Amino acid sequence: MRTSKTVTASGMAARWLAALKTPVGAVSAAMLFMVLAMAVVAPILWTGQAEEINTKAILQGPSPEHLIGTDSLGRDLFYRLLVATGLSVKLALAATGIGVAAGLVLGTVPSLLSRRIGRLVTAFVNIAVAFPGLLLAMFFAVIFGVGQTGAVLAIGLATAPSFARLTQTLVAAQSERDYIAAAKLAGVGRVRRLLRHILPNIAEPLVVTATIGAGGSLLAFAGLSFLGLGVQPPAYDWGRLLNEGLNDIYLHPMAALAPGLAVVVAGLAFNLFGEAVAKTLGTPTPISGKGAATQHIHRPKTVAPSTDVELSTSSSDGDPVLTVNDLFVSFPGPAGPITPVRGVSFSLARGEAVGVVGESGSGKTQTALALAQLVEYPGSVSASRLEFLGQDQLSSPSRAQRQTLGTSFAMVFQDPMKSFNPTMRIGAQLAEVAQRHLGMNRRQALARAADRLRAVRVPAAERRLRQYPHEFSGGMRQRAMIGMGIMGSPALIVADEPTTALDVTVQQQVLRLLSAIKEQDNVAILLISHDLTLVGQVCERVLVMYAGRIVEDLPATELAERAMHPYTQALLAAVPDMETDRDRPLAVVPGRPADPSRIPAGCAFASRCPKADEHCTREDPELLQRDDGHRVACWHPSRGTGSERVPIELKLHAAALQGEAS
Amino acid sequence: MSIATRVVADATDSPWTGFVARRIGRLVVSLWVLVTASFLMIHLIPGDPVRAALGSSAPGALVEARREALGLNDPLWLQYVHYLQGLLGGNLGISMTSDLPVAQVIGDRFPATFEMAGLAFLLAVLISVPVGALMGVLTRGGRRRRTELAFTSTSIVVAAIPEFLLAVGLVFFFAVQLGWFPVAGRSDASSYVLPVVSMALGSAAMLSRIVRVEMLSVLSAEYVRTARAKRLPGWIIYFRHALPNALTATLTIGGLMLSAMVAGTVLVENVFAWPGLGSTIVASILAKDYPVVQGVVLVYGVGVLLVNLLVDVALGMLDPRSTIKEG
Repeated sequence: MRTSKTVTASGMAARWLAALKTPVGAVSAAMLFMVLAMAVVAPILWTGQAEEINTKAILQGPSPEHLIGTDSLGRDLFYRLLVATGLSVKLALAATGIGVAAGLVLGTVPSLLSRRIGRLVTAFVNIAVAFPGLLLAMFFAVIFGVGQTGAVLAIGLATAPSFARLTQTLVAAQSERDYIAAAKLAGVGRVRRLLRHILPNIAEPLVVTATIGAGGSLLAFAGLSFLGLGVQPPAYDWGRLLNEGLNDIYLHPMAALAPGLAVVVAGLAFNLFGEAVAKTLGTPTPISGKGAATQHIHRPKTVAPSTDVELSTSSSDGDPVLTVNDLFVSFPGPAGPITPVRGVSFSLARGEAVGVVGESGSGKTQTALALAQLVEYPGSVSASRLEFLGQDQLSSPSRAQRQTLGTSFAMVFQDPMKSFNPTMRIGAQLAEVAQRHLGMNRRQALARAADRLRAVRVPAAERRLRQYPHEFSGGMRQRAMIGMGIMGSPALIVADEPTTALDVTVQQQVLRLLSAIKEQDNVAILLISHDLTLVGQVCERVLVMYAGRIVEDLPATELAERAMHPYTQALLAAVPDMETDRDRPLAVVPGRPADPSRIPAGCAFASRCPKADEHCTREDPELLQRDDGHRVACWHPSRGTGSERVPIELKLHAAALQGEAS
Repeated sequence: MSIATRVVADATDSPWTGFVARRIGRLVVSLWVLVTASFLMIHLIPGDPVRAALGSSAPGALVEARREALGLNDPLWLQYVHYLQGLLGGNLGISMTSDLPVAQVIGDRFPATFEMAGLAFLLAVLISVPVGALMGVLTRGGRRRRTELAFTSTSIVVAAIPEFLLAVGLVFFFAVQLGWFPVAGRSDASSYVLPVVSMALGSAAMLSRIVRVEMLSVLSAEYVRTARAKRLPGWIIYFRHALPNALTATLTIGGLMLSAMVAGTVLVENVFAWPGLGSTIVASILAKDYPVVQGVVLVYGVGVLLVNLLVDVALGMLDPRSTIKEG
């Protein structure tokens, strides 16, 4: 255990040094150093000047001799302020030390003593934490008496409960770690486990909190001394100086302002330094977050002529619901833009169900979000053509267009647990679509919502409307989500992995529901999934995506026998079926998916492709029409089932495909 | 077995019943700890509190009489019983300095403190919720980095200044220099401005940072994407979908802040010579008037407990999940 300790210590030093490199860390460390240096040096150097009484210079304002004036005994306030640093810092540190010590005892006792006593201590700490520190400090100040010692004890004990709470949490978290379990099995006693194993590992967050706590103690001490409950004359700290200065604030404002400022600066120094270190330790501060944005789609400056889109509309049922040409999605990355979608073109006919398959990172979801115009800042989307129901979506949307999208373009997301607003009733969430876009009032909209819930086979729809999402089961929620999509009269439902988060039995219900809606109302469906079997079940056409491009577009019926792209064949070979030998590891697509921030030249699949030659690594194949309704982007397309043509590496185990894809 | 299932069924039928029962249970235990602590306070003081209060030169007979009057010669358990009985009857004892009933002293001083803390909390919320929400919307997804930096650093510095020091600064600037408001005391409306603002400003800064961070995390939640997929206008997304979710987390911390504010009045009252409980308790501690100290500590403590209870109830109403969770 010696080694682990030293590792912790050197790592700690490294992390604290790292904190110094941040601007806030550097400034606060410099401030803290100044404060501490002043606390040591000032009382030694200037105590004489600070306590020299001069009756000829009483209550003077700032002057060259007395930078911030003099007090009622003619003592120089500037020197008094400097010298007071010593006592202020010393008392704050003493109080913090007491608080940490008492907190450690209270916080570790529950893990050492019997369960019952431990619980009692925990309960007591929980009650004490609820009371503000100042109130506790005043309580203890009464008991220990007015004065310096009493105040140190009071502030120390007042900070103990929050330290105890933190210690308890940290100890509990460490106790669950494997190495503690191992030590326990090895017969290491409770006390030894705590002292040798747990405490060294929680020392760092405790020290950080203590640093921040010292800032708090400094302010609290200033408060008590200001009230006259802390330092008593003739001793003086900043709070005492403030107390004496405040009475004459009309005559002599600096006497009150200067000590106040000193307290704030010193408090900030402790506080900010602690925070800066905490930040480099990776204490969770949820500052980052993606926001909602209206997506702006740009036309690329050079509009590439669309070559093959018109041909690919397989089922001829009037105008297409959706047409997209040369769709690009990119995000700024640390090393240049990341482009998860690179030139996707296809169109969807009315009532057509199309599946989009590919590994994770192939750009499926970003394609769906871009079509729905939901790509969030700082992402950007461009296309040479994007039409929904004949409306151009490339210009910024008009009110009418929003309405069309709101009623006719439905989205179903992966995780129904997270896709409903937890603070709103299901009914209100469904109804607002109709209220917004169909001009219904609340009552009509709720009636429509009940009707739609019945349509997606949610029993007791009226009662369900008044419930919150957490009262719904997962499958029920996903059905309600689909019900929300059909509040209007959708022409297209984009479902992004709609069954991944659900039980297998519920998955089938949801899929059947989507198929039924498609049949009934001639709704087009774009089903995004990593699961080829599932897509083959529901869809008429399949788009296979790799590294942000469509590499193959073929009828679902041809998937098994006539897939031409080696990637499609590899995906097919990775699907286990009834004949798969269950004693052997599951097949996976060999190699790793292309990194969207570093797409290689030529065909992105080349590095994983058994057929790749020099031509493939040089030039990217275009997505070309083969025969009716079949497009492939490959230099060496060939028919055949994947298992015959593609050598599969049987290395990884069952979960690999699932893990890759989700 | 059947009883057990019934109980479970009842609990799931109305999560509120169990929730309220747990909260009240916790409140009662906390109250008991508080009352006992305030009773024990006077007995934990080393030496004879009466002797300390009256001074070493006071005649022994007087000290003895005062001890007898306070019941300090009874056995401890009997004193405890008397204390509890007194509390139930609204009797908090007699002030040792003014001979007035402590209940009356508190009754006289309570409104001033309550007004100040209440107004300050209201002001802090009225500032922080719109400001924090607006900053969250403006800086979402890493937009407007400079605005974010300016806001964050300003709010950190303002929040780091303790209320009473801010009060001193405000007095100097707005009362002494500009003469807009009185320096101290509680009279007309203008005398409320500086105390309330100095109480509210730091809390508002801290709370608006929290509102912003919560708003950011809510705006990146999947249900906000769902709302956008419904093509709802921005204001509905922000106000109906995002803000209530952001506020549930804010409320927890807001509650802690409010109870800290209850205690913060002590210092600010002393800056402004505000005739509230805060100046009373300090004067009583210095005068060793222990019955008054006990009473005021009790009032502050009950105030804190009530604030916590209110926050929990409000949280339960805002976020239906919190009644089910943990409790």
